[in-house]
Amino acid sequence: MDDDPVFKALADATRRHLLDRLFERDGRTLTELESELEMTRFGVMKHLHVLEDAGLVVTRREGRTKLHYLNPVPIRLIHDRWIDKYAEHRVAALADLKSELEESA
Amino acid sequence: MSTMIEQTVQVYAVFIRATPEQVWDAITKPEFTSKYFYGSHVDSTLEPGTPFRSWTGDRSQQLIEGEVVEADPPRLLVHTWQALYDPETAVETPSRVRWELEPAGEGVTKLTVVHDGLEGAPKTAASVAGGWSYVLSGLKTLLETGEPLSA
Repeated sequence: MDDDPVFKALADATRRHLLDRLFERDGRTLTELESELEMTRFGVMKHLHVLEDAGLVVTRREGRTKLHYLNPVPIRLIHDRWIDKYAEHRVAALADLKSELEESA
Repeated sequence: MSTMIEQTVQVYAVFIRATPEQVWDAITKPEFTSKYFYGSHVDSTLEPGTPFRSWTGDRSQQLIEGEVVEADPPRLLVHTWQALYDPETAVETPSRVRWELEPAGEGVTKLTVVHDGLEGAPKTAASVAGGWSYVLSGLKTLLETGEPLSA
């Protein structure tokens, strides 16, 4: 619901790395993810939990295996709430500058 | 997005400050979908075995062709999905979209969208990969503020 867990989850290089691995190939098991990181299984699990609590990773069961999926929606929400807002101002400011310069020319 | 391998199973989830009934209506009624789903108007009686379609506002173009597989309001909706908006995706094998709605505390619903069966539809898989986040963000904004996302 809240942006805080998302920003906190993203403020860690290992967790961003995990998201990148899932972006490349989604729906992976803990064992697969662990094999690509120089880290104990417990460490990977801990990071996956933080990502899951933030909604950035969603797990689905397929038979006896638990698969991890990247959920990009919280990042999209941050984009729509924060990035768009400031990027728009920046574009508007540049547009104003352009018309001012052209008028004075 | 170009470096991404097309995912044959895609999972999206979002928490929305609304009841499952409100989320259900927003998914299944054209007056809502037109405000967050690329202007599309959903068109379905939600009876299993009947069409699940969506159109542009003036009905000049059909955007999605599908069939209702399962409907259990306000908890579960499963339908097939063939994207007609692009000639390259229109010829691909139909895939499947599953909407799961779960109450998640007082007045909050967790909405999960699973788009799978994309093995025979790589162009569709690539096309929807960015689209679902935009759609679900717009759906959340619409239900929580009453206003669509500004373009």
